[in-house]
Amino acid sequence: MLTLAKANQPAMSRALARRETISGYLFLLPSLLFFLVFVVYPMIMCVYTSLTNATMADGGGSLIGLKNYVDLFQDEIFLKSLVNTVIIVVVSVPTVCAFSLWVSARIYNMRDWACSAFRVIFYLPVVTGSVAVTVVWKWIYHYYNGVLNYVGTNTGLWEKNINWLGDPKFALGCIILILFTTSVGQPIVLYVSALGNVDQSLVEAAQVDGATDLQVFWKIKWPQIMPTTLYILVITTINSFQCFALIQLLTSGGPNHATDTVMYYIYYSAFTLYKYGYANAMGVILALCIAALSAVQFKLAKSK
Amino acid sequence: MKSGVKKTSPYQIITLILIVIVAAVVFLFPLYWIVTGAFKTPEAVNSAVPEWWPGEWTMRNFQTLFDKRSAPLWELHVPLSEWFTSDNTQVVFSSGPVLPAALRWLINTVFMSVAAMILTCLTAALAGYALAKKRFAGRAVLFSLIVAAMALPKQVILIPLLREMSVLHLADTIWSVIFPIVGWPFGVFLMKQFAEGIPGEVLEAARIDGAGELKTFTTIVFPMIKPGVGALAIFTFINTWNDYFMQLLMLRGTSVLTMPLGISKMMGEFGQDYGLLMAGAALASVPIIVVFLVFQKYFTKGITMGAVKG
Repeated sequence: MLTLAKANQPAMSRALARRETISGYLFLLPSLLFFLVFVVYPMIMCVYTSLTNATMADGGGSLIGLKNYVDLFQDEIFLKSLVNTVIIVVVSVPTVCAFSLWVSARIYNMRDWACSAFRVIFYLPVVTGSVAVTVVWKWIYHYYNGVLNYVGTNTGLWEKNINWLGDPKFALGCIILILFTTSVGQPIVLYVSALGNVDQSLVEAAQVDGATDLQVFWKIKWPQIMPTTLYILVITTINSFQCFALIQLLTSGGPNHATDTVMYYIYYSAFTLYKYGYANAMGVILALCIAALSAVQFKLAKSK
Repeated sequence: MKSGVKKTSPYQIITLILIVIVAAVVFLFPLYWIVTGAFKTPEAVNSAVPEWWPGEWTMRNFQTLFDKRSAPLWELHVPLSEWFTSDNTQVVFSSGPVLPAALRWLINTVFMSVAAMILTCLTAALAGYALAKKRFAGRAVLFSLIVAAMALPKQVILIPLLREMSVLHLADTIWSVIFPIVGWPFGVFLMKQFAEGIPGEVLEAARIDGAGELKTFTTIVFPMIKPGVGALAIFTFINTWNDYFMQLLMLRGTSVLTMPLGISKMMGEFGQDYGLLMAGAALASVPIIVVFLVFQKYFTKGITMGAVKG
């Protein structure tokens, strides 16, 4: 490629800078090609399509301004799915964060093998894959031959079999539980590593001064793992926002839209109703919510 | 990691017991239920009293799974090939005997994950090095663009992507899943984190020795970021394997179905035959779990290094 390498004189520095630029872009080229064609371009198209009335038959559609957005906020199913999404986020994000911090705080100073074993176990549902996990949970929740009903009725927790996924009272909770199992793996890995990096001399100094374990945790460890907590909050929120496979495979948004989420409704609008423009408008709103949350995280992390 | 013997308080013992119970019941049991369910008889599966350990082991579920012979062993669409053939037909390599559909799903999934893994690692290693160590105009802008794109939900771009794929004549081929995964900027970000650890003097020394750019990359840079590449490889492999939403939208024809798609299709067709579904789920998840267990050290590293912290 470029082999001119004798650049000791200052006069060559401009040539050197140009050479750096050229080689830099050559190294970037393959990645940039995929990035621009398969990520950036569709992103731009997503925003553009959201301003059209494109359908499956008429892929281009014609510009209709912000009509899709106006319609969205009068669409009861969309509002319902937005509420469901918010419920999922509000319930699962704090639970996932608190649970993973609690587990990590207990396991991070165990022996290496024990700590690894726990991390692996809590990560397993992620690796197993959303489809396989969903299939088995569907069986566990089954009205007649599911394990959950068998255990529940036999231990007297509830009297007769419950139709977990068919009952609007329980369906969303069941989905949140599965989502929980597939969400804590990554936070635990991150927390274990963050807790391991806490400045040990500060901890010891505090202990010498007679601080209790709880004080050590809140006064010393908690501030130091704050950036990790913020990051975990954001990735868990993004994950919960995107909850899709569980809904599609377990309930298809039913019963009566009780478990519709924004992500599922996007899919439903695009591939059952064939309203591409409308679905893209929802996508843009979802992206804006997530972008806003990420921005807040970056700001908070910077101000530390 | 930590040494020193500490006294364990009752609180800590109770915590540990609770964690072990949750881990066993909520995290391990579903997996156990998949693997044992795959070998249970229809009577055991459909009974209201669960069989905690299969009373009678049967291969029947796997036999049913492998019963439908429907696709040749190997079939590959050459991307963009119809642009170069005289009658604009797609070039498709196919060979081998006709095989059970489930085996085809497995082969498709493995090919998809391996191809995405190799392409991602290659392009991301090159780009990450350039972003970390080269000083050129537009670098800061590009990097901000990459971080911004990472924060957006991938699913949002899939509808426009689907249209783009049909314009590029890649629709319904395995490449329509692979290429967007390669383009996703997380890999570049991760590689940049690792490449930043390379000391500038080492690169300077190579330049003074007269090593070309490519030679510097292959002999100095690549060996130094190898742990990062390992992390990215295993990360991409597992995520591609399990990226159900992308596969669902992009792949429709029977010859391009993947394991996750195959099972979800079976759920539609044989919704109540949980023995068969567990056999499918086992076939989809056990190989990837084995890969994960073998390489989990790298994986952990990838997760930790990939975290964006202010």
